[in-house]
Amino acid sequence: MSTASVANHDVAHDDHHDHEHHDNFVTKYLFTTDHKMIGKQFLVTGIFWAIIGGFLSILFRLQLGFPDMSLEFLRPLLGGWLDEAGKLDPTFYLALVTMHGTIMVFFVLTAGLSGTFSNFLIPLQIGARDMASGFMNMLSYWFFFLSGVIMFISLFIPTGPAGGGWVVYPPLSALEQAIPGSGLGMTLWLVAMTCFIASSLLGGINYITTVINLRTKGMSFSRLPLTIWAFFLTAVIGLLSFPVLVAAALLLIFDRSFGTSFYLADIYINGEALPNTGGSPVLYQHLFWFLGHPEVYIVLLPALGITSEVIATNSRKPIFGYKAMIISMLGITILSFIVWAHHMFVSGMNPFLGSIFMFLTLIIAVPSAVKVFNYLTTLWRGNLIFTPAMLFSIGLVSFFISGGLTGIFLGNSAIDIQLHDTYFVVAHFHLVMGSASFFGLLAGVYHWFPKMFGRMMDAKLGYVHFWLTFIGVYMVFFPMHYIGIAGFPRRYYSWTNFEFANMYTDLNMFVSAAAIITFAAQFIFLFNFFYSMYRGRKATLNPWRSNTLEWTTPLHPGHGNWPGEIPAVYRWPYDYSKPGAAEDFIPQTVPLSATPESNLPHEQEQVKLEMEIMKEEAEVLVANESKH
Amino acid sequence: MYGFLIGVGVLLLLSIIWMVYRIQTLVSVVKGSDKQIATGSNKVNAIMFILFLLVTGFLMFWYSIKEFDNYELPVASEHGVITDSLFWITMAVTGIVFLITHVLLFIFPYKYQYKEDRKATFYPDNNKLEIIWTIVPGIVLAGLVISGWIAWSDITAPAPENAHVVEIMGSQFQWDVRYPGKDQVLGDYDYRLTSAINIHGVDFTDKNSADDFPSPRVVIPKGEPVLFKIRARDVLHSVFAPHMRLKMDAVPGMPTRFWFVPTKTTAEMRVETGNPEFEYEIACTEICGRGHFSMKKIIEVVEPAEYQKWYAEQKSFIQMNPALADVQTEPKEVAEVQLSEGN
Repeated sequence: MSTASVANHDVAHDDHHDHEHHDNFVTKYLFTTDHKMIGKQFLVTGIFWAIIGGFLSILFRLQLGFPDMSLEFLRPLLGGWLDEAGKLDPTFYLALVTMHGTIMVFFVLTAGLSGTFSNFLIPLQIGARDMASGFMNMLSYWFFFLSGVIMFISLFIPTGPAGGGWVVYPPLSALEQAIPGSGLGMTLWLVAMTCFIASSLLGGINYITTVINLRTKGMSFSRLPLTIWAFFLTAVIGLLSFPVLVAAALLLIFDRSFGTSFYLADIYINGEALPNTGGSPVLYQHLFWFLGHPEVYIVLLPALGITSEVIATNSRKPIFGYKAMIISMLGITILSFIVWAHHMFVSGMNPFLGSIFMFLTLIIAVPSAVKVFNYLTTLWRGNLIFTPAMLFSIGLVSFFISGGLTGIFLGNSAIDIQLHDTYFVVAHFHLVMGSASFFGLLAGVYHWFPKMFGRMMDAKLGYVHFWLTFIGVYMVFFPMHYIGIAGFPRRYYSWTNFEFANMYTDLNMFVSAAAIITFAAQFIFLFNFFYSMYRGRKATLNPWRSNTLEWTTPLHPGHGNWPGEIPAVYRWPYDYSKPGAAEDFIPQTVPLSATPESNLPHEQEQVKLEMEIMKEEAEVLVANESKH
Repeated sequence: MYGFLIGVGVLLLLSIIWMVYRIQTLVSVVKGSDKQIATGSNKVNAIMFILFLLVTGFLMFWYSIKEFDNYELPVASEHGVITDSLFWITMAVTGIVFLITHVLLFIFPYKYQYKEDRKATFYPDNNKLEIIWTIVPGIVLAGLVISGWIAWSDITAPAPENAHVVEIMGSQFQWDVRYPGKDQVLGDYDYRLTSAINIHGVDFTDKNSADDFPSPRVVIPKGEPVLFKIRARDVLHSVFAPHMRLKMDAVPGMPTRFWFVPTKTTAEMRVETGNPEFEYEIACTEICGRGHFSMKKIIEVVEPAEYQKWYAEQKSFIQMNPALADVQTEPKEVAEVQLSEGN
């Protein structure tokens, strides 16, 4: 290990010098292999997609909340998708819902969240010069970019983008006769998703390799910040589940273009009987949700990791139950693979399978509950500083509770009969996975902005942004529970056809208005983000007085992160407010031998071991010096 | 004109935000608060959490109680009563957890907001606590799961022998209903036999189909088991009868089923809801294309005697259209593969 780190250091060190002199725009901002810049690329692209995805949702919320309103003023944008009266076309409504889901789940909350923070934080927090493979990392971003370009183009083709819901169940998504979006739009969707999966896998392999191999001296797995644990497990989930989506998509491509019958059977449509027999649409659902459910945790775990870090730092307290948090995340990782069919209780699959998956699903609530209790205990008797990141983290915990509890209804197959595919589900997953992860993303941006750009974001604007968004999100999604309990189905263009659910006009208007305000509030963030990037107050080296390694780098770390040796690590990352210590934080780089006043008994025993490591390190240093 | 006004409005809003932003930045520099660990905003945020808790908590209780009759649909099936009670038991359990955790989550920020002279308590773990709050949720969830599992097993058990069979077929964008006729057996069908006059694709060479009859409504007797045999002709659909607490996907190529016992006639329900127009409705809950939101069918629940009478009066497919018995003894040639076109 020591020789490896020496070699690694040498290469990176030379790189560092090269880059100081020869970086041009293309190698610095576009085809960069620096993990920090790639992280920022993912972030900016993610923000771009979040605006698009959010805007699409505003369009369909206008239809739902104000069904009689003329959208004529949007004609320059929507063109033929408005009828003469200025009303949204029902097919395009479905396309909007589909693209909103696809964009938000994959482009914003997978790439924008995991892509940004795994890339940016893994090397910085484990003490590495860069990712294991900078080139693969670059490739990962550009596959994502390509995927985005293709998806973006599909928004503007004459037959419209894919419109079968973000789950794109066949036969609807396989037959162009069934819905126009299943023509070219669906083809582009499949191509874009294939590129996206390639991007995810390239990234994931990199994250896993980096965490396993490139940790700095002393950074054992039991000293990893919870962020890294979360990113690591997320990458493992992605690596195991995304390939199954490729399989599902591939079979769908075959059914669509080459006349196979994996998912198609006994179909009579548009006056003709199709030749396909023997296929099963339920097979697709199994394959899709084998990714689809772990995907929920791919989206959520990084947010929980970020929150753990932010809450501990700003409570000035160690995260409560560090080991329990890791065990919970491990439990969630494993269980996430064996609960997928709870999305399919009423799909017609064998009811016995339903029983099995109900049991497994409700087990996964236990580690989630443990996490919540641990967050609460971390806040208890802390010394809480409400940075914007802290506010968003507390908001996340609130959403995680609210949305998580409704999962207990939906995971119960008997109750799910009524609630399946109603607005109750919409409320549930938008809170627990959508908003919670989104808040994790925002918390991360506010917290690590000083490390990304060397400047601070404005805190007051952050507070305004938080309160508008936090209240807004609840105003949008909480009322949906009522609509859902009343049984109103999701993906409905209009509310008025059914007697049992047409009384919610006012509530829907309220939800739509809240959605528009919440969306508008995001522009405060956008302004804060881009303005602070250039004009924000200069950051100090460790603005949150945090323990983790990234705050030991220079204000603007070059490619290679640390100008000299990579610092070694001597303790876990959560030594906040340790009794006896002078400050209320002790960075991971401070040796135990330097803090005899605050060491716990078992730590005092480790001091001797630590001395040996330090001696070894000094030798490496000497060896390096003599080479130059 | 509108565009111009909106433009001006946005511009104004932006400039106001800009001004506020600049002023507060300058003020914070003058006050030197940008160098403090926690500014006065810390207290404001702490108070906001309490306010948020009180106001939204009030709104939630107020709306939940006021609107209860509106969102709680009356239930009209035997198993629906059970799933509803499960729903409300779960609501009680999760509601308590929801309240406790949220009260703590929003009170802690107020109570433990930053004070310079205080140090946070170093409290990294407590195995006893961890074990307690792993096991307690485990037990509670086990209780919920087992009661749910018992209900689910009963609901999905095979239908009783004497169940009245109704076939419901989904297609873009309608439901079509077929009854088995006097013999109580549905005739075979083959999707390749589907045509404009035989929308169900019924195979009339099968003797069982001779007395099958269609119906514009789903008519079922109160208090007797009813079995819905569900299928789809083109894409996925899902039969959802909210008052019956019934939902089952309609899958092309894979018939599904759902049986239940309706407990209230349409007439009784009209009295109960005070709505003389009341009808039981079936909606589609699996996205199926342009008309997804309009796939409606009416269920009419009547007294058993009335049902028998109605049943006997219905004309079979063949009575309505004798030509059906003669044509299509063989499945017609299926359409050529046309999937590759335009893809």
